[in-house]
Amino acid sequence: MVATNPESVTDIGELIEQTGPSRGIKDTRGYRIFRWINGTFLIVMMFVMIYPFINLIAQAFSSEGYINSGQVNLWPRGFNLDTFQVVMGNSMFWRNYGNTVIYTTVATAIAMVLTTTYAYVISRRNLRGRNFFIGIAVFTMFFNGGLIPNYVLIKSLGFTNTIWAIVLPQAISVFNLLVMKSFFENFPEELEEAAAIDGLTTYGIFFRIVLPLSKAVLATMVLFYAVAFWNSWFPAFLYMDSAELYPVTVFLRNLLSAATTADSLQGGGADNLTQVASNVKAVTMVLTVLPIICLYPFIQKYFVSGVMLGSVKQ
Amino acid sequence: MTAQKETETTVVAGGTGTAAGPEVEQASPLTVKTTKTKTRLPRWKTLRRDILRDWRLYSFVVLPLVFFGLFRYVPMLGNIIAFRRFRPGGSIFGDEWVGFHYVKMFINDPTFWNVFRNTLFLGTLSLVVIFPLPIILALLLNELRSRKFKRVVQTISYLPHFMSIVIVAGIVFQLTSRNGTINQLIEKFGGEAIPFMQLSEWFPAVYVGSEIWQTVGWGTILYLAALTTIDPQLYEAARIDGANRWQQTWHVTLPGIRPTMIVLLILNIGTFMAVGFEKILLLYNPLLYERADVIATYLYRVGIVSSNFSYATAIGLFEALIGLTLILSANAISRRAVGTSLW
Repeated sequence: MVATNPESVTDIGELIEQTGPSRGIKDTRGYRIFRWINGTFLIVMMFVMIYPFINLIAQAFSSEGYINSGQVNLWPRGFNLDTFQVVMGNSMFWRNYGNTVIYTTVATAIAMVLTTTYAYVISRRNLRGRNFFIGIAVFTMFFNGGLIPNYVLIKSLGFTNTIWAIVLPQAISVFNLLVMKSFFENFPEELEEAAAIDGLTTYGIFFRIVLPLSKAVLATMVLFYAVAFWNSWFPAFLYMDSAELYPVTVFLRNLLSAATTADSLQGGGADNLTQVASNVKAVTMVLTVLPIICLYPFIQKYFVSGVMLGSVKQ
Repeated sequence: MTAQKETETTVVAGGTGTAAGPEVEQASPLTVKTTKTKTRLPRWKTLRRDILRDWRLYSFVVLPLVFFGLFRYVPMLGNIIAFRRFRPGGSIFGDEWVGFHYVKMFINDPTFWNVFRNTLFLGTLSLVVIFPLPIILALLLNELRSRKFKRVVQTISYLPHFMSIVIVAGIVFQLTSRNGTINQLIEKFGGEAIPFMQLSEWFPAVYVGSEIWQTVGWGTILYLAALTTIDPQLYEAARIDGANRWQQTWHVTLPGIRPTMIVLLILNIGTFMAVGFEKILLLYNPLLYERADVIATYLYRVGIVSSNFSYATAIGLFEALIGLTLILSANAISRRAVGTSLW
């Protein structure tokens, strides 16, 4: 159980602390210089990585004139909240934001049901046909139908302009499936055997023993799926013809493309806009990533543990 | 004859168990009983018993198998329209055979060879530049002594990974715009502002730069995990043998994380042909086609925008087959040469 608990693999930092090249009693001069350079380099790198976000937030609170004359970098110039009012007063923005929430919720729910049940089955070592079930899933990682056959299929199923075009085709991520499989494989067998002797069927064992004891990995999976669906834009862009059905990512994409030169792609509702103000774009971007940025400090460790769980070779 | 009889008895036993209600059925004793007789039976004869024993588990796979069948394997078969004429509204598998008509078409299409070259170039550039960076960053992080500092660096460098590609594209537009931060820096150092998103020769740099920003931090996780598995005694032994820090890194640390490096390299080679389709689709414009247009974006325009479904499918199938060949050969080479492989 200890080995399967994601919490136990979360603290990379703690583990790393004990390893690495051994620490001499006295560092050589060269190594002390290296440590200074290393620390400085990492600080600079951190700044470079965080800078785009700072710049984005600064622009969101600035007035357009200052942005267009290139005066907004680290700090807002011409501070105002008007742009937020404009964007938040746009009913289409809220409508698309609501769509994103709906698509993400429904898609994550469907994905969790399919992934959890399938992962449980392929984790049973003495199940007949197990290798066939694994093979079917893994092969799709390396070869897939491609854009056009998928597009043709979704069209002929009549999924265009429905939520199904977004939530069904991506319902099982094979990576997530393998993460769950390796978690279930490490589940203590004695527990399931005891439950079976007590008269629980497979359904009973799965719903009353296995799932309640897998909350940590289930939470990780929900986050993996929810972030992926929240960020997704291409299926909606491809299969939705009406601006009212777009998720917020497509709303944002249309704002951006309206501003780029001579865009030849099929566009959506924003095509009639010739130029979108930079501060409007910045505010829309800030509002789109806001939920993720707010949750990020709390969910980061679940993601890290999920990735490490998935890296365990079967 | 005897074998047949035995099968029947167990089936009956299993049958009564189920009939008497699920709460009476005891999976474990039944399992022991069936496996005892199983060894003497041919495979197909045990099938019925296995299904009776595990039918509840099998009921779990029905929906996922429908999913894989419909949304993964049907489109794979749908690639057949690369060799058949496709009529919108007609069968998704096309109407009549046309042989290699569409294959010949793209082989004679100069645009195809241009996007093919761009794909190879961007793919190679990504592999060569982006693949080693997480390794280097993980090694640098590994040298830090302050745990707090290390945690801050990790937290910040993972953040871009969680951003939607649309956001990344927006940030790229913002930073590379005429009055964006990059051009401000260039002008500060006395240069001329560069219209990055209008000059195709700058596209590979913009693309790779944004890829690095988004992936380098997250890419360190697996290496950092691998670093923790290296036996500290190896470092001690190396030190006793007189190895300095650099030699310890070179001869102990790097060989220790080699399996991780190889597995990730193989996976990267597998996605080589599918270079950031969504990102390029968001970033490029006709001015940049010369260097930015890759196979995936070209087939998107040919197929979805211009509705040449069969032609685009032929191109897509070609790309997918190259991708499959690359990952299979990378895996085979790696298994022979260094004994590490995906499967």
